Amino acid sequence: MPELIKVGMADLKVGKNPDSLISYGLGSCVGIALYDSQIKVGGLAHIMLPDSTQARASDNTAKFADTAIPVLLEQVLRLGALKNRVTAKIAGGSQMFSFAQATDVMRIGDRNVEAVREVLKSLSIRILADDVGGNYGRTVELLLDSGVFVIKTVNKGDNRL
Amino acid sequence: MEKEEVLSLSPMQLDALREIGNIGAGNAATALSQIINRKIDMSVPRLNILPLSEVPDVVGGADAMVAGVYLRVFGPAPSSILFLLPRDSAFSLVDMAMGREGGTTEVLNAMDESALMEIGNILAGSFLNALSYFTKMTLLPSLPALAMDMAGAILSVILIQLGQVGDYALVIETEFATEANDVRGHFFLIPDPGSLSVILSTLGVSE
Repeated sequence: MPELIKVGMADLKVGKNPDSLISYGLGSCVGIALYDSQIKVGGLAHIMLPDSTQARASDNTAKFADTAIPVLLEQVLRLGALKNRVTAKIAGGSQMFSFAQATDVMRIGDRNVEAVREVLKSLSIRILADDVGGNYGRTVELLLDSGVFVIKTVNKGDNRL
Repeated sequence: MEKEEVLSLSPMQLDALREIGNIGAGNAATALSQIINRKIDMSVPRLNILPLSEVPDVVGGADAMVAGVYLRVFGPAPSSILFLLPRDSAFSLVDMAMGREGGTTEVLNAMDESALMEIGNILAGSFLNALSYFTKMTLLPSLPALAMDMAGAILSVILIQLGQVGDYALVIETEFATEANDVRGHFFLIPDPGSLSVILSTLGVSE
């Protein structure tokens, strides 16, 4: 039986074919899926914030883009993936509420996406596809048998990356 | 690493916060009751200190469909106020506020959206009145903003702010329901990092 592995907010998990990894209700957070298509293993991280150095020290490395992605990569490699085969797909980073006086707090989705792109670049991981921005929530699921990253929304339909 | 502020509150501080929540939410429930002209039952406010990732479970999980009215609170103790209703409750509330027969509304038009935001505004205002009275602080709400989406996505707006300083949220939360239980909702007050100590000291229970 394929298992559906849940990834919470500020959390990361890895798995292999035929399981899938799912994270519900991303708003300004970003979901990062890493996948090695040759041996069909992958991982999913649900980050909340761009940068751990801008925040108070936390034990939870999965909370920040700069600390979560290296940990996720390491865990995927431990399942047998090869770094030069690992690719990424990302989704999320929306702005749920629009205010006239948009502050930095409100732009957090954009900043999360920027940070995720930078970290992936610094690790030389290619982003194959993305579904980011907007003002709506997303549930994301990484199918480990195919590497398809399914994005579900309430009003904008589903998207398969 | 020093212990997080919300994890080191004394029983007396927790009581003081719960009492504020109680009176504030009572005010808000009275206001709601007058808007829709129905009796409203209100739960005793729960004061929860939760890991950030568990907050969406309070309203039925991160993928539950909800309407959220969000307001920022300005003043000496900046905070966020969020009024969350399951989607069906939001529709029923709009029916009542707009004088339609129950079950009429299935999607929100622009007028319905402003009605919901206005209700959120009134609830937040009545809650803040109580909080201002007890703390002698001037606390002003921003204009309301509305979103209809997954609970996790809506709550993330607040949780991300808290995530910058810690892994836990202090959530003062009250559940509302009409007698027929066709409108249920959750009212959240989430103080910004740093605001909690301001509130506690104005209440005279800082340590």
